[in-house]
Amino acid sequence: MADRKLGLKEKYQLMTRGLDWETTYQPMDKVFPFDKYEGIKIKDWSKWEDPFRLTMDAYWKYQSEKERKLYAILDSFSQNNGQLNISDARYMTAIKLWAQGITPLEYYAHRGFCHVGRHFRGAGARVACQMQALDELRHAQTQMHAFSHYNKYFSGLHQAIHMRDRAWYLSIPKSFFEDALTSGPFEFVTSISFAFEYVLTNLLFMPFVSGAAYNGDMATTTFGFSAQSDESRHMTLGLEVVKFVLEQHEDNVPIMQRYIDKWFWRGYRLLALVGTMMDYMLPKKVMSWAEAWGIYWEENGFALFNDLSRYGIRLPKYHEIATKEKLHITHQAWNVFYTACPATGFHAWLPQPYEMDWLSEKYGETFDRFYRPRYELFGEMEKAGKRFYTNRLPFVCQTCQVPDFFTEVDNPMKQAVRHHEWRGMKFNFCSDGCKDIFVNEPEKFCQSYIPPQQIYQGNAGGARTLQEYAAWLHCPMGSDAGDYYSSDDYKNWLKWHGGRDTSPTTAAA
Amino acid sequence: MSVEIKTASIEPVRLTFDHLEARIGKGKAATRYQEAVHDLQVTQNFHYRPTWDPEFDLFDKRRSAIVLGDFDQLLDPRQYYYAPYTIQRARQQEAQDGNFGIVEKRNLFSALSPEWLTNIETLIIPLRHFEWGANTNNCYIAATGYGAPFTSTALMQAMDRLGVAQYLTRLALVLQHQDPQCLDRAKALWLDDPLWQPLRQLVEDAMVTKDWFELHVLQNFLLDGAIYPFAYTQFDQAITTHGGIAYALTTEFMRDWYTESVRWTDSTIRVAANESQENKATIQTWIARWEPRVRAAVTPLAVAAFASQATGVLDSIFTDLAARRVKLGLMV
Ligand SMILES: [Fe+2]
Ligand SMILES: [Fe+2]
Ligand SMILES: [Zn+2]
Repeated sequence: MADRKLGLKEKYQLMTRGLDWETTYQPMDKVFPFDKYEGIKIKDWSKWEDPFRLTMDAYWKYQSEKERKLYAILDSFSQNNGQLNISDARYMTAIKLWAQGITPLEYYAHRGFCHVGRHFRGAGARVACQMQALDELRHAQTQMHAFSHYNKYFSGLHQAIHMRDRAWYLSIPKSFFEDALTSGPFEFVTSISFAFEYVLTNLLFMPFVSGAAYNGDMATTTFGFSAQSDESRHMTLGLEVVKFVLEQHEDNVPIMQRYIDKWFWRGYRLLALVGTMMDYMLPKKVMSWAEAWGIYWEENGFALFNDLSRYGIRLPKYHEIATKEKLHITHQAWNVFYTACPATGFHAWLPQPYEMDWLSEKYGETFDRFYRPRYELFGEMEKAGKRFYTNRLPFVCQTCQVPDFFTEVDNPMKQAVRHHEWRGMKFNFCSDGCKDIFVNEPEKFCQSYIPPQQIYQGNAGGARTLQEYAAWLHCPMGSDAGDYYSSDDYKNWLKWHGGRDTSPTTAAA
Repeated sequence: MSVEIKTASIEPVRLTFDHLEARIGKGKAATRYQEAVHDLQVTQNFHYRPTWDPEFDLFDKRRSAIVLGDFDQLLDPRQYYYAPYTIQRARQQEAQDGNFGIVEKRNLFSALSPEWLTNIETLIIPLRHFEWGANTNNCYIAATGYGAPFTSTALMQAMDRLGVAQYLTRLALVLQHQDPQCLDRAKALWLDDPLWQPLRQLVEDAMVTKDWFELHVLQNFLLDGAIYPFAYTQFDQAITTHGGIAYALTTEFMRDWYTESVRWTDSTIRVAANESQENKATIQTWIARWEPRVRAAVTPLAVAAFASQATGVLDSIFTDLAARRVKLGLMV
């Protein structure tokens, strides 16, 4: 008998789709209890096109090949003291921020995709989410392994996991992902797969991985590129999921629009950390935050939303504010980090002359008028032996948890603060975007764990001063916190380089 | 740069991360497995309660009746993190792929009698839905469980089950010359044939079991502990004596996988049971609750496959399971 030949698509569909069934001994709504309460209406789950079309055996095969290559490079990196090849030990601040703030997000993503991989009703959707759950586990684990070698030589990494749940600035990424994971399954995929991985990914991933490449960080560059083929699958999933939901029912459009508005704004606020990394932490610069925003949001993002307009989706609310702010936020954030670095797990410093010039070139008048004078003043204080540190922790926004450094878009001298009263309590926000998010879900956002408030309430190991708080974070001055030029990292770096300061003198790689 | 000259003076400042030092002691280097699993899951200072489960924190120990001082003790004896896991499975899939190639090329199923071919169709292929249930359940454990060492392995277990379901699909298609209708027939059996209903009912009940450790015991210890020996040992032995080498070849992955996954299942249950009398009693209660139903669910399949020898086969399967249980310190 001649065997019928099956097409690839048909074969994949047979492998996966027919597997699930309508349960009858237990009601479907009990087996899948979470996919209706958001009000999203799905008429036909089979319309979900799984974009990966990977059977498990193919998945194992491709992924194991990538792992073999990756670990071969990581092994040779550590055998050959690859850490000595980075541009300058200041670069490590970017890696510390990654290990403390981003690697935990990979793990959250892993758990979040396990959750939706269990709880979506459609089999195609579930398989795609499960594969992503496994990919995200990969990212968390390969990052631990890549950073493990750096941890042996630099500070700020050994306590990353300890800080993850405690540090004030790490509450920004932590609250972001916990918000996503505690949302309904459709909001979760919209927030992570669409807003984060599809719309904003180039502003997160590209700067870090290119930054690593420009600064001689072979370990990060390698796992970054290795993860990129996973990410391209994830991006596809992000777009597919939004289109699928929008096509299922017109009632879904306003719900999805609200999710997109919310997660655009939350994602954008989170990216303030990444922008600061690009403009200040990389000794060799890739591009400025303002340039990246221009290319990846103002050009690519607009084109995407143009596409989505046929579904009745408009540009996210407050996108024009984000664009206006692009000239300011990274300078404002670095100012906070420079002055509050005794209570962080990384070092900060004043931009060197070549960096001041680069910032002037990229930000023009804005930098020269508002931020250069501040750095020059700090520079004079340093020369006089009075390096300026703040002695209080910043207040943070109830929604995004970013410190209160943002200014009014039309007046960079005026701090932006918004208030809202709910059930007799007063809440503070950094922006209308963050206030709107709270007003839509006050029961959720009144729960925010706000580290500075916790410290004042004695819940940070009883710490009352900034120094005590830093000790509670495992971040003593000199070894983990405080100014770069008085740090162990700097001293060791000089020692390993025969006393020579390797800092670049030009921004170009 | 002339790294070689300098290496002598470049001493590490520390050997591992603080959170691992706290576990393995100062001055020791951690393994990649330890780095990959320990303390990855957040345990405190949660921001918001889940909108889908507001009684609990996002990750919450109270979701299981099992109490452990440290849930990171639920380690995997195979020490799987992503890299060794995918590399090991890639090896196995290559071997399995080769087996399918031989069976197809040499048309090895033609050696089987129509009776045994029918047995595969009616008693084995519907198990792809059992595997989908096992995928669902392990994915639930991965999502809901506590501690990265256990939950990360549970996700691998879930993906393995999807892999097995797909191998069963492939087996069906090879058997029926790529005619996809054989899958519909198997699904119809799973949905409506009285033979399969006790098992389907049990799988559906498992799917709504909320305690993730109970589900682990039910799915990975009890259900697998009955179905795998039935389908891939007893059935395999019987069919092989009837010229069914093709069956042995096309289900090799399942046998190897089961032998391996039992190590994880047993070791995690042992750790939980050894922690306290209360845990032990809880697990025993679960076993007492579910084991009779598992036996009842496999019985019609065994009767269909082994007729008069069914009782003997079932006794041997459940004696082995009882022996495993006793080795874990769990009495009847
Ligand atoms: Fe990732
Ligand atoms: Fe991703
Ligand atoms: Zn805010």
